[in-house]
Amino acid sequence: MNVIVVGCGKIGMTIVSSLVEEGHNVVAIDKDLQTLEEITNIYDAMGVCGNCTDCSILTEAGVENAQLVIAVTASDELNMLCCYIAKKMGAKHTIARIRKPEYNMESLGFLKQQLDLSMSINPEQLAAREMFNILKLPSAVKIETFSEGNLEIIEIIVKEGSPIAGTTLFSLRNKFKAKFLVCMVQRGDKVFIPDGNFVIEAGDKVGLTASPSQIQKLLRSVGIDKKKAKNIMILGGSRLAFYLTNMLTASGNSVKIIEQDKEKCSTLSQVLPKAVIINGNGAQQELLLEEGLDTLDAFVSLTGMDEENILIAMFAAAHNVPTVIPKINSEELNGMALKLGLERIITPRKIVADIIVQYARALENSLGSNVETMYKLSDGGSEVLEFNVRSDFRQINIPLKDLKLRKNILIAGIIRDRKPIIPDGDDMIMKKDKVIVVAASQRLNDLSDIILSPSKS
Amino acid sequence: MNRRMVFYTIGRILNLEAGLLLIPLAVAVCYGEWTGVKAFAISALAALAAGLALCLLLKPKTKVIYAKEGFATATLVWIAVSLFGSLPFMISGEISNFFDAFFETVSGFTTTGASILKDVEAMSRGMLFWRSFTHWIGGMGVLVLMMAIVPTDSGRSIHIMRAEMAGPVVGKLVPKIKETARILYLIYFVLTVVEFVFLLFGGMPVYDSAVYSLGTAGTGGYGIKADSVSSYSPYLQWVIAVFMIIFAINFNLFYFVLLGRFKTALKNAELWCYLGITAAATGIVAFSIYPLYNNFGDSVRHSLFQVSSIMSTTGYSTADFNLWPSLAKGVLFILLFVGGCAGSTAGGLKISRVLIIFKMIQRDIRKMLHPHAVASVRIDGKPVDNSTLHRVSTYFTLYSLLIAATFLLISFEPFDFETNLTAAVTCVNNVGPGFGAVGPMGGYGDYSDFSTFVLSLAMLLGRLEIYPMLLSLDPKIWLKK
Repeated sequence: MNVIVVGCGKIGMTIVSSLVEEGHNVVAIDKDLQTLEEITNIYDAMGVCGNCTDCSILTEAGVENAQLVIAVTASDELNMLCCYIAKKMGAKHTIARIRKPEYNMESLGFLKQQLDLSMSINPEQLAAREMFNILKLPSAVKIETFSEGNLEIIEIIVKEGSPIAGTTLFSLRNKFKAKFLVCMVQRGDKVFIPDGNFVIEAGDKVGLTASPSQIQKLLRSVGIDKKKAKNIMILGGSRLAFYLTNMLTASGNSVKIIEQDKEKCSTLSQVLPKAVIINGNGAQQELLLEEGLDTLDAFVSLTGMDEENILIAMFAAAHNVPTVIPKINSEELNGMALKLGLERIITPRKIVADIIVQYARALENSLGSNVETMYKLSDGGSEVLEFNVRSDFRQINIPLKDLKLRKNILIAGIIRDRKPIIPDGDDMIMKKDKVIVVAASQRLNDLSDIILSPSKS
Repeated sequence: MNRRMVFYTIGRILNLEAGLLLIPLAVAVCYGEWTGVKAFAISALAALAAGLALCLLLKPKTKVIYAKEGFATATLVWIAVSLFGSLPFMISGEISNFFDAFFETVSGFTTTGASILKDVEAMSRGMLFWRSFTHWIGGMGVLVLMMAIVPTDSGRSIHIMRAEMAGPVVGKLVPKIKETARILYLIYFVLTVVEFVFLLFGGMPVYDSAVYSLGTAGTGGYGIKADSVSSYSPYLQWVIAVFMIIFAINFNLFYFVLLGRFKTALKNAELWCYLGITAAATGIVAFSIYPLYNNFGDSVRHSLFQVSSIMSTTGYSTADFNLWPSLAKGVLFILLFVGGCAGSTAGGLKISRVLIIFKMIQRDIRKMLHPHAVASVRIDGKPVDNSTLHRVSTYFTLYSLLIAATFLLISFEPFDFETNLTAAVTCVNNVGPGFGAVGPMGGYGDYSDFSTFVLSLAMLLGRLEIYPMLLSLDPKIWLKK
C-alpha cells in the first residue's frame, strides 16, 4: 500500500518506522532535508523535501496513487489543509493530527466531514484515555477494551510470592473461580502464547482477557487489588494534562496540577474549574511534599522532559505513592525506565503509531475494514486484534479444539450479541461474532489468517 | 563495525556470481569449447564454496549496518568478485598470468574495457562472452543486482546502494529499495534487448550482437575483433553509437518516461548539458577530421561514434583516432574526463558534477565582485545544498589526485608521456582506450605486472568513486572499538 507521511517529528518518525515494518511503500515529506536524510538512512522509505501543501511536492510524493496520507506536522491547520489538498488530488484516505482542544470540542465532527478526513488523531487525548484507564484500575500496567468495554485485556506483573506464580494455567482456572484467560506471557525479551501446561513465574508480565467485573473479582482473589485512584497529582500543565484532568474530574476524582508557567496556570484555572492548579516548580521536592505527595493515590508526570518525568516519578514512588505514571517519549529511555522499576509508562507516539497501523491493516483488506481494533501488547512483542466474523469465514460452528490454528495464536475472546465469552475448547465461532485473537511474531490481516492453511501444513 | 554482516554479504554475492558464471558456461557448451566449460564449472564451484563458507560460518548476529559497513561491503565485494571472476581466464590458461587476468576482469566489471590481450580473436567464445558479460553486471552494479533479486533484510541497504551507484546524489525511484533496484535492472535489461534486436536486424551474427549489446549497455567496450567496430556496416555503427549515448543517460529519466512524466524528464539540466556537449564535440571533431575522409557522412559518423564512445566511457572505436589531427585528439582527451550522466552505467567525473563545478565557479566569481551577495547554486530550478557542493569539490580534488598518483606510479614504464598519461586518465575514468600505445588499436599487454595492478586498483577506485575504497583503507573502521 502506498502511504505518505507528512511531517517527520517524533510521531511522524514512529509512524514511518511502523508502516515500513508492516511492508508498506512509505514516502515521507518534511521541510527539513536533514531530518529526511536521517529517516531514509534508517528506514526503507523515500523522502521528499518541501512544503506539504505545495501541489508539486505532493505530486512528487505520488499523491494520486496514495491510499493513505497521514499529516502529523506540528501545526493542526497545516495538517488539515494538507489532507484537504491531498484528498482533492486523489489520495484515497487521509488522517490528520488535530490536537488543539478548541478543534476537538464542538467543531471536530464538522471539520472531519467538510475536509473529508477519514480519521483525526489526537495523541494527547489518546494518551490521556489510556492513563485514565489505568488510574481506574491501578493494579494493571495496561488496559485495553474491546467492543465498547464489554471485554477487557489487561497486563499485570506477577510479583514474588503472588498466588499465581508457580502454577500451571490449568490449575489457575480451577483455583480462582473467575472466568478469564491468560493469553500472553512476557518473560524478559521473550513472548509466549501459553497453553494449559504453561507455568507462570514471578516477574512475568501476563496479559489476560475477561469481562470488567470478572477482572475485579480475579484481582481481588489474587490479592493485587489496588483501590481505584481518587486523589491524583499531575506534574506539568500540557495539553495531555488538560485532557486527563477533564476525564478525571468528570468522574469525580480530585486532581492537583503543578505547573511552572504562570500564564499557563491561569489559562488552566479558567478551563478546569474543578482542579486545583498550583504554580511552582515540580522538580522541587519540598513543593511536592507540601502539596501532599504522601497522601496521593497516584502521581502522573507529564512535563516535556522525559528525564525529569522519570526522576520525579521515581521520587514519588519512593514516597510510597501507590501508582506512578511517567510520560516517556523516547524509546531508549523507555527501556531504561522499565529497568529502574517504573512499571506503567505512557508513550503517546507509540499509541498513535498503533492506531495508524491498525487503520492501515484494515484498509489493506480489499473487502473493507475487518480489523475492528488492534493493540500491541508486551511492548510490541505481540498483538491483540478484534475481527468481525464475515460470511466468507468458513470455520464457523466448529468447536475451537478441532480448529487447526497456526502457531503462536490464541483465541482470547468471542463477543456474541454484545456478551463476552471467554472461550474454552468446546466453544465455537458463529456468524456475526466478534473474535479477539492474540498473536505473537506474525501479522494478521483477516480472521482466516489464524487457520493453518492446508497448503502450508 | 558489523564485520560479520559485511562478510555475509560478500558470501551472498559470491553465490550470486557462481550462478552468473553458469551463463558463459552455457555459451561455452553451445560452441563445444570443453576447456572453457571446465574452467567455468570449476570457477563457479569455487565461488559457490567460498560463498557458502562465508554465509554459514559468519552468520551475522545483527543485520543493522551503517554507512561504514556500506562502504566496506562495496569495496570488498568488488575485489572478491573480480578475483573469482578472473578464475576462468587462469584455469583455462587463456590468460595465465594472475595480474593480467585480474586486470582483464576488473576492467570488465568496472566497465573500462581496457585489455591486455594482444590478439582478441584468438580467444575462445565462452571467455569473450564472459568478458563482455562482466561489463553488463558491473555497469549497474553487482550489489544492486543482489538487492533486486535476492531478498534483503535491512532497510539500511541504502548505504550499500549509495556506495555502489555513481553520482553526487543517490536517491530512490520508489519508496522501497528493492523495487528501485528492480526497476533499474528492468530498464537496463529491456534496453539491452532492444539494442540486441537492432543489431540482429542489421545483419550482425547472434553471438556478435549479444557481445556488443552487453558491452554497450554496461558502457564497457570489450569487443571480439582486433579493430573493435570498424569492420561492421555503417548501420551497425550508428546503432551502437546511439545506444552508447542512451546508456550514459540517467536511468531515472527513463523511469519518468515510463510513468508518462515527460515534462519532468525533459526538464533535467544534466540531460541537456550532456546532449549539448556531445553535439558540440561531434561538430568540432567532424570539422577537424573532414580532410581525412572527404565525405560529410563518414566524418560525422566517425566523429559521433568516437565522441559518444568516449563520453559514455565505453571505448569502442570505428577508426584509429590516434591518427587524427591534434584538434580532434584534444577534444577527445578532454572528453575522457567528463563521462556520462549520474545514475547511468557510464563512468568518469559525471556531467552533473561538471555542471555543479561550473556553477560554483560562476557563483564564486560573482561573490568576489559583490562580496555581500548571497547566491546559491541551482540545478533543475532547485538549490543544491552546501554539503553536496562541498562533497563535489572535494571529490574533484581527490579525483585529480588519483589521476596524478596513478600516472606517477606507472610512468617508469618505457612508454611515451602521452601513453602513460592517457592510460592513467582512461583507467580512472573507466573509458578504456587512450592515445599512443594504449590507443584504440593498441593495448595494455606490454605493461609490467606492477603497472597492471596499479591500473586495476585505479579502475576500481574510479568505479566506486574513490571514497568507499579510501575509507576501507582506514584500519580504524575495521577495529572493534
